[in-house]
Amino acid sequence: MHFEYQIEGGNFTRAGYASSEIKKKLKQLNVDLGIIKRTVVATYEAEVNVVAHAYSGTIYVDFDEEKVVIKLVDEGPGIPDIDQAMKEGFSTASSTVREMGFGAGMGLPNMKKNADDLQITSEVNKGTTVVITMFFKKEAKDL
Amino acid sequence: MTVKELKEKLDLTIYSGEQGLDNEITGGYVSDLLSDVMGNADAGEVWVTLQTHKNVMAIASLKDMAAIILVNNHKPEEDTLAQSNEEGIPLLGTAMTTFEVTGRLWELIKK
Repeated sequence: MHFEYQIEGGNFTRAGYASSEIKKKLKQLNVDLGIIKRTVVATYEAEVNVVAHAYSGTIYVDFDEEKVVIKLVDEGPGIPDIDQAMKEGFSTASSTVREMGFGAGMGLPNMKKNADDLQITSEVNKGTTVVITMFFKKEAKDL
Repeated sequence: MTVKELKEKLDLTIYSGEQGLDNEITGGYVSDLLSDVMGNADAGEVWVTLQTHKNVMAIASLKDMAAIILVNNHKPEEDTLAQSNEEGIPLLGTAMTTFEVTGRLWELIKK
């Protein structure tokens, strides 16, 4: 199964829509609730990052029997130093975004904590690609 | 305890999401940082915050939270109300500060 969702940079009123749709699909597939919860956290954070930092983005979701792969491709400023961005508390969010309660530097650490596999590649002034993989069977994580 | 019982005990205002008044409360989470709630809150909890924008509802829904309490007379924005009604997650309000309402919540729902 393949699904795609568009994300509009700066439009916080739509933030979370794709995560919510993905959550519904996982529920329909009777995926373990703990896995759904972790997928939701990782996907929402990734989605909000595109809204908060990029100009636009697309989420590509691919389900198969063992896993779901959620790939977020954005056009945006990119991340110059991914290691630094992964640090808890590091944020480049605007003051407006912070006042909303976002931009506390917890998004990427939340993604790392909850995703079974997280891959981030980025090119400055071009964009960032985030790939979140979640395995439906817990054992698969240790393979 | 249900959201309705909590509403009565703490004399909370109901702004929206009345369909969810029978939601069962299993605990609480207090934070104004959305990623903190996203990462650490759990299903069935009541969330105490001063954030009034729509993203609060998105998070409460994604986390299957029982209800939201807005402190210090903060009023929800229009689209926040709309989503609360859509999701059936009650949006409640109080004049109490975060400190006071949290203390009273703890007394009511501590295990």
